[in-house]
Amino acid sequence: MKVRIKFRKYGVMRFIGHLDVMRYFQKAIRRAEIPIAFTTGYSPHMIMSFAQPLGVGVTSDGEYFDIEITKPISSENAVAQLNAVMVEGIEVISFREISSDKKASGMTIVAAADYKVTFPETFRHAEEIRVLPESWKGKVESFMAQPEIVVLKKTKRSEKEVDIKPMIYKMAALDDGIYLYLATGSEQNLKPDLVAEAFLKFAGEDPEETPVHIHRIDVYAKNPDAEEGKTEFISLDGLGKDIL
Amino acid sequence: MRKLALNDEILLKIEKPARYIGNEVNSVMKDPEKVSIRFAMCFPDVYEIGMSHLGIQILYDMFNRRDDVWCERVYSPWTDLDQIMREQKIPLFALESQDPIKDFDFLGITIQYEMCYTNILQVLDLSGIPMQAADRTWDDPIVIGGGPCTYNPEPLAEFFDLFYMGEGETVYDELLNVYKENKKRGGTRKEFLEMAAEIEGIYVPAFYDVTYKEDGTIESFRPNNPHAKEKIKKQVVMDMTGATYPEKPVVPFIKATQDRVVLEIQRGCIRGCRFCQAGMLYRPTREKDVEVLKEYAYKMLKSTGHEEISLSSLSSSDYSHLRELVTFLIDEFKSQGINISLPSLRIDAFSLDVMGQVQDIRKSSLTFAPEAGSQRMRNVINKGLTVEDIIGGAGQAFDGGWNKVKLYFMLGLPTETEEDMRAIPELADQIARRYYEIPKEQRNGKCQITTSTSFFIPKPFTPFQWARMYTNEEYISRAAIVKHAFNEQLNRKSLKYHWHDAEVTVLEGVFARGDRKTSEVIKEAYRLGCLYDSWSDQFDNDKWMQAFENTGIDIAFYNLRERPLDEVFPWDFIDIGVTKEFLKQEWNHAMNAEVTPNCRMKCSGCGVAKWKGGVCIESKN
Repeated sequence: MKVRIKFRKYGVMRFIGHLDVMRYFQKAIRRAEIPIAFTTGYSPHMIMSFAQPLGVGVTSDGEYFDIEITKPISSENAVAQLNAVMVEGIEVISFREISSDKKASGMTIVAAADYKVTFPETFRHAEEIRVLPESWKGKVESFMAQPEIVVLKKTKRSEKEVDIKPMIYKMAALDDGIYLYLATGSEQNLKPDLVAEAFLKFAGEDPEETPVHIHRIDVYAKNPDAEEGKTEFISLDGLGKDIL
Repeated sequence: MRKLALNDEILLKIEKPARYIGNEVNSVMKDPEKVSIRFAMCFPDVYEIGMSHLGIQILYDMFNRRDDVWCERVYSPWTDLDQIMREQKIPLFALESQDPIKDFDFLGITIQYEMCYTNILQVLDLSGIPMQAADRTWDDPIVIGGGPCTYNPEPLAEFFDLFYMGEGETVYDELLNVYKENKKRGGTRKEFLEMAAEIEGIYVPAFYDVTYKEDGTIESFRPNNPHAKEKIKKQVVMDMTGATYPEKPVVPFIKATQDRVVLEIQRGCIRGCRFCQAGMLYRPTREKDVEVLKEYAYKMLKSTGHEEISLSSLSSSDYSHLRELVTFLIDEFKSQGINISLPSLRIDAFSLDVMGQVQDIRKSSLTFAPEAGSQRMRNVINKGLTVEDIIGGAGQAFDGGWNKVKLYFMLGLPTETEEDMRAIPELADQIARRYYEIPKEQRNGKCQITTSTSFFIPKPFTPFQWARMYTNEEYISRAAIVKHAFNEQLNRKSLKYHWHDAEVTVLEGVFARGDRKTSEVIKEAYRLGCLYDSWSDQFDNDKWMQAFENTGIDIAFYNLRERPLDEVFPWDFIDIGVTKEFLKQEWNHAMNAEVTPNCRMKCSGCGVAKWKGGVCIESKN
């Protein structure tokens, strides 16, 4: 049976990198005695795949990984067993069965993610957030009103100019930050820090001198049940159902 | 939410912030208001190394079982953070509470190798604790040292208030109780040190005076305080099975060197290799009950979620229930995807069988540590391994499909001749020859015999404590002789040779047997910027040589003399149970290349039988 696990990452755990979070869950699953399936072969390892790595320093309310289990366990019990062995800063939110159909499983389905970008008072403490300056609020609208938003995208090998506007599905000013809904995944991927940087430049601020904190809200897939020709997103755990 | 000692800006700038944030699974949080003693336990090296140390895990667990004590951990900040802490004047802090070390009651430092000595000064310095014990007041923690290097604590004597001699499980409770008692009645720091000095196994360096002869050797070493004992007795746990052991070891977020459950199966070693300090220090050999170990295996795998379990001891093959234990671990845990990692076992039919079950033969290699190339040299060091054992074991392994062998040797052993050095490549070649005896169609390609040599360092409390060492140049020329001889071997294409650096060897030699005067060099080297000297990319020999020059300390005095049998050693005031008479007798046997049987074959009267336990009473049960 395929299962999708959703968790939250907050507090000091934001300093633990993606690979170490994977290692953390490999051990946590053993501590919680979740009946996880292993690959066969000489050195078996857990069948486990993570969605969309989260950068160091970023917090999240919607992190996901899929596993396979060998015998059924109720969602309620699994979540309780996992949370009993968690450290402060990671909380398991759901444990739901997903269809073994390729369209619903595997992390290639990731298509979008949304974020809240905040602007802390100093680089020192991400928690001390300042109110969004009034002047920035209007700038969010005019930023998105541009015909194109060209930024320099750096990869390991090259730098190239890209128009990121089509990958910003939504951008809105909040009282204490900016809301972003971005294309994410293997087809198209836009990082929130890149948008924040472009916006700060647009607003006449120096991105190097402006503290930014990023919080991921959730990760989405295209809804397979959407009407023909219509793109609709659904949260990754929305594709699963609770195991009773 | 916990408040961290380091701000986000720093944590996002440095390498591996997980080293400094605590919060790990099984780390212990307490209310500081509800404990009477705050204990900071330190391993003076980077987090990933320190977190791999079993001794600290044992003591951390033991201290935290007490309601009145909160034991926390602290490690050396890596060089990136070190620099930031100095620039921004951030005091060194403990991982759990993130509180400054300076506010603790105790700072306990485990001293595992000589090349961490500058890191000890770093920890004191960054904590804002005066480096010299003499300059400390009640505003500073009591700084206590333990671990193998404390069997010659003298190079570090002036930096520590106390040293704990021996196994930590025995008198720490008493020491903490005395501390509480003294605190309650408002006693002075000195009064506490005097009370501590009365406890068996506790050494207070300030309470002893050393005088030197004109030639620089020790004339006298005497207590200067009525509370100090003439001799400090090593502490030893006689009931290993009942001794405290951590059922819930701390699990790091980042990969530590030792990322697995460690089961300590026994302490001590019956073998009596004459170069080996651990083999003398941890006598007598004491085993843990196999049923208790099985229970620990269950509990520790469950509490940590580790995917690997390993056995720990000086010589696992000598554990009497090894077969039963290993079979149990394989049967019970292998199907759950748990890796069973076997410590270096003696190669025989049994070990090859279990190794075949738990590892991929094509990828794994066999390890032999003959330590010396010729039989004569092996008799000198009392390593009871013969050519027949090695060729026989390797042969069985080759027949079973292995084709990689690792060999470990030492150069610079007492009485070593060129013939002994040349015997190393000859032995490697003999092993390769045995491999190529297998018909071509039956063997698995070429074999790969990798030989490594390190340079021998005489250690206190070994039969070789009187031996001389050599200069850096001499060591390199010995390695060159071996290298040259490798090129002359028939199967040279299947043989690889590596040797260790000699610069570090020379320094380790000085501090292993150094006296109080050598502390000046450590301070000067630290002042010149030496840190993380056990890391080859950080080690700076030029600075160390500068430190010797600046302090006028002569390396030759410590390393190049064979010491007379009547010389007073800096560590003579410690009683490890093994008598000096026995060590002398062993030194004489070594000079005559005579072998001494192991403890199970015959008792040689080393002195530890007085504790009436372990291997000393095995045959009498």
